[in-house]
Amino acid sequence: MADISVSHPVITPVRSAGYWQNVGARLVRDKTAMAAAAVLLLLLLAAIFAPLVAPLDPLEGRLVNRLKPIGTPGHVLGTDELGRDMLSRLIWGGRLSLLMGVTPVVMAFFLGSALGILAGYAGGWTNTLIMRTVDVFYAFPSVLLAVALSGALGAGLGNALLSLTVVFIPPIARVAESVTTRLRSSDFIEAARASGAGAFTIVRVHVLGNVLGPIFVYATSLIAVSMILASGLSFLGLGVRPPNPEWGLMLNTLRTAIYAQPWVAALPGAMIFMVSISFNLLSDGLRSAMEVRQ
Amino acid sequence: MLGYTLRRIIYTAPVLFGVSVVCFALVHISPGDPLISILPADASVELQDRLRILYGFDRSYPEQFILWLGRALQGDLGTSIATGRPVTSEVMRAVGNTLMLAAVATFIGFVLGCFFGFVAGYFSNSPLDKAASAAAVFGVSVPHYWLGMVLVIIFSAQLGWLPAAGAGPGGSGQWKFDLEHLSYMILPAITMSVIPMGIIARTVRALVAEILAQEFVIGLRARGLSELGVFLHVVKNAAPTALAVMGVQLGYLLGGSILIETVFSWPGTGMLLNSAIFQRDLPLLQGTILVLALFFVVLNLAVDVMQSALDPRIKR
Repeated sequence: MADISVSHPVITPVRSAGYWQNVGARLVRDKTAMAAAAVLLLLLLAAIFAPLVAPLDPLEGRLVNRLKPIGTPGHVLGTDELGRDMLSRLIWGGRLSLLMGVTPVVMAFFLGSALGILAGYAGGWTNTLIMRTVDVFYAFPSVLLAVALSGALGAGLGNALLSLTVVFIPPIARVAESVTTRLRSSDFIEAARASGAGAFTIVRVHVLGNVLGPIFVYATSLIAVSMILASGLSFLGLGVRPPNPEWGLMLNTLRTAIYAQPWVAALPGAMIFMVSISFNLLSDGLRSAMEVRQ
Repeated sequence: MLGYTLRRIIYTAPVLFGVSVVCFALVHISPGDPLISILPADASVELQDRLRILYGFDRSYPEQFILWLGRALQGDLGTSIATGRPVTSEVMRAVGNTLMLAAVATFIGFVLGCFFGFVAGYFSNSPLDKAASAAAVFGVSVPHYWLGMVLVIIFSAQLGWLPAAGAGPGGSGQWKFDLEHLSYMILPAITMSVIPMGIIARTVRALVAEILAQEFVIGLRARGLSELGVFLHVVKNAAPTALAVMGVQLGYLLGGSILIETVFSWPGTGMLLNSAIFQRDLPLLQGTILVLALFFVVLNLAVDVMQSALDPRIKR
């Protein structure tokens, strides 16, 4: 009888992929979301490296060159009402437009989450005070609130950013509050509390990890709205001031040219549209990648 | 039902109070002396003081607020600095035009949104769904002020079919029901309708998909009900939420019409806000925003009450 060799199974630690790795893997398989991410990345890089990428100075133009059509040699996308190169202005415009669209949502993400988590975790009077104040701002249509605040504060980049941040804090705080409130009564939080963890530790360890995901997805869906609103404020003359290139402002100053050079005049809006639809598609992809439960 | 309505109204009261505080504060967060836009640059100190007392700016903020709120409750929103006319009458004239435009746009958006939403939800993950969902994403992503410009370029500048600006011939400031005025409304209404179209389409798609996955639908099919019969059941289940979203969207359009009204020079509240901002006409700005926010709050209240009346599943 041959010796019986007992094979010892080699236990290789199989690391099961974490939640976020799964989300990432699903997101990468989503072709629409990846295409949107690629577009955004491309526009972001173009904006960051505008001095290298843009063929001409965005602020310098010659009036004899004004309102050239798309396809003019030397000015691929034509020129604006002051003879400035459209392609260069669109590339440079990405800087202020992306900054104006993304910054308010980022600031509102931090402030709104903090307010919402505080209200949800503390409950009681703190909750009532914070959430009723939030309700008041939520009672204004977003465009109206943005226009009212920046209209009262006066035109300018800083005031526009401030107004938009105020607009986006209430919806984010509401989501943060409702998720935190639901979480607060769950068993594992009870267990943490029973084992003597302090409020700060519970929020830092147990609440943040579970709350920030949903808030983050919600916040990404707001960036598209924020892009449209931010450029809208500049379009109304309440945001960036001329001669700085910004898509909304460019759209405004080119309005007079819709009879002379219509498709050049429409270009800045197409950029806003491209960014906003990309953010929406990316956010949709992220949402469905996160909602799938295995 | 009555209890729910009453509770909902009582809950709205503090929100309305907060809204009025924000509107009052608008004048005071604005940089510089609120009198600066009325006074000539060389106004004497004596005149400045007299006007300050006349407008009540010499009193404390709480005192000013109570006086302002008291007058506002009686329908007096002050006097427009630019025109010298009462703010209330200016706003009321403009609100009619905006309401007209927003209502037509919401209706178009609702019809198209329901159509796309039902198609997408019924034929989930088919090419038809892809097309209908693309229309919905377009609606929520397009900068509507740009879409308005593009429509003007195509239908006014290039084809010359429709007027580009105003609410009627010769810069008419008042909307009338006739064919000529109607042609002025087509472009702004279509432009405005893409937002509710996108949002309603997305909501209805999710609703329909959710309803179709429920067991009672299998039950209906098992009973041998025709596809049309099943469809009617789906419509009945989706209607309360879809109608509620429509109501809220009407409120958003009323308050958010400024960009579209600026593109089309539509003589509504958006245009009024625009001129109030650039002439630093703070009473007009404050009054217009107060009225629009009031509309929005009351509309949301009505939508909630209506939804709970239509939908027995909502806990009161």
